[in-house]
Amino acid sequence: MNERADLQAPKDITYRVRRFRPEEDQRPTWQTYRIACAPGMTVLDGLWLIKETMDPTLAFRASCRMGVCGSCGMLVNGKPRLACNTQIAELGSDIVTVAPLPNFDIVRDLVPDLCSMFDRHTALKPFLIRPDEQEQENPRGEYQQTTHDMEEYLQFSYCIKCGCCMAACPTLATDVLFSGPMPLSQAHRYNADSRDGGFDVRKEVLAGTQGPWRCHYAGECARVCPKGVDPAKAIQWMKREMMADLLGRRAPSAPAGLVTAPPAAKPRPGIPPAPARTVGA
Amino acid sequence: MMRDQSLWFWHVAAGVAILLLAGLHMGIMHLDVILGVGNPAGGHPIDWANVVARGKSVAFLLSYVLLLGAALFHGLYGLRNILFELTAARGLRALCNAILILLGLALFILGTWAAVAGRQMALQA
Repeated sequence: MNERADLQAPKDITYRVRRFRPEEDQRPTWQTYRIACAPGMTVLDGLWLIKETMDPTLAFRASCRMGVCGSCGMLVNGKPRLACNTQIAELGSDIVTVAPLPNFDIVRDLVPDLCSMFDRHTALKPFLIRPDEQEQENPRGEYQQTTHDMEEYLQFSYCIKCGCCMAACPTLATDVLFSGPMPLSQAHRYNADSRDGGFDVRKEVLAGTQGPWRCHYAGECARVCPKGVDPAKAIQWMKREMMADLLGRRAPSAPAGLVTAPPAAKPRPGIPPAPARTVGA
Repeated sequence: MMRDQSLWFWHVAAGVAILLLAGLHMGIMHLDVILGVGNPAGGHPIDWANVVARGKSVAFLLSYVLLLGAALFHGLYGLRNILFELTAARGLRALCNAILILLGLALFILGTWAAVAGRQMALQA
């Protein structure tokens, strides 16, 4: 058999899955399944195979199957990952150990209760805040932003809220009042947005116990993020911004205004008119 | 009680102060041959004459007190962080704050008194 044929051959894999059924279990237990792993199969594919052919009671959360929705975050062979984004072959082991994300309560089997994460997230007001209440409630249009301004926060906007960084955070494991990497990086994402004017509002939470001050600099959040976001960097930048604010050295800046229409151009003969503007009209 | 934002700032500031003052201490006590500062009587830095000369100096007295304050704040803030990770109960955290503030103040007063008393002895020597 040549090398390519060997790669195509199904391989028997053992799944060790952490089970917890709250109505009957006092504590989580481990259950083992044997499946035939086809080339290209992801950890999520394996879980679906188990659910569809062996054990329909197995509970896990999944949706898009393409690493976008952030639903299938789980602990795979000891590391928080997206099950749909992790091929079994890349684990380099015949045993796939799957458990729910740590640092969260378990709803059932592999389903973590993400409410604690989203409560912290919500407390930091992860949306554009405008100083004008009327504008906040009824925005009149799009706000100006240059490419350079956008790059200040762009990488943090790739976060899909899967909870992998929260599961990897050693500070969150011991300090339940710590906001955690995802909410803090998202607070920074909006603080760094030139269209936002909510720094002082978020500061009310960030300056206290829930702020970035307990971060141990372990950097695990950045290491495990399946989208390449660096929450550890956001936390350090946030500290810098908060210190500048404490020392009165934070440059006050009004949030960017509405996109305005350019002056009307004089039509030139032989040149077709530009299409109608979609913004700033 | 200061908020964590201010406490963290002073924690870092105390760290910088420790770096400078401990650097000064190391320079005077261990690099005396190279630097030749803080030991006006010559010889070894812990010779009695040098100790008395430094003890008479107001600048050294201030540096001792400042180093003491910085080290106490820096260390006790770190200890507070460790203790806070053991409990999230507000009552226990408030108790930790109270104990650490009292402990820090007591040690600071004791250390400052020792430094001032040492200067009085040096002036009488």
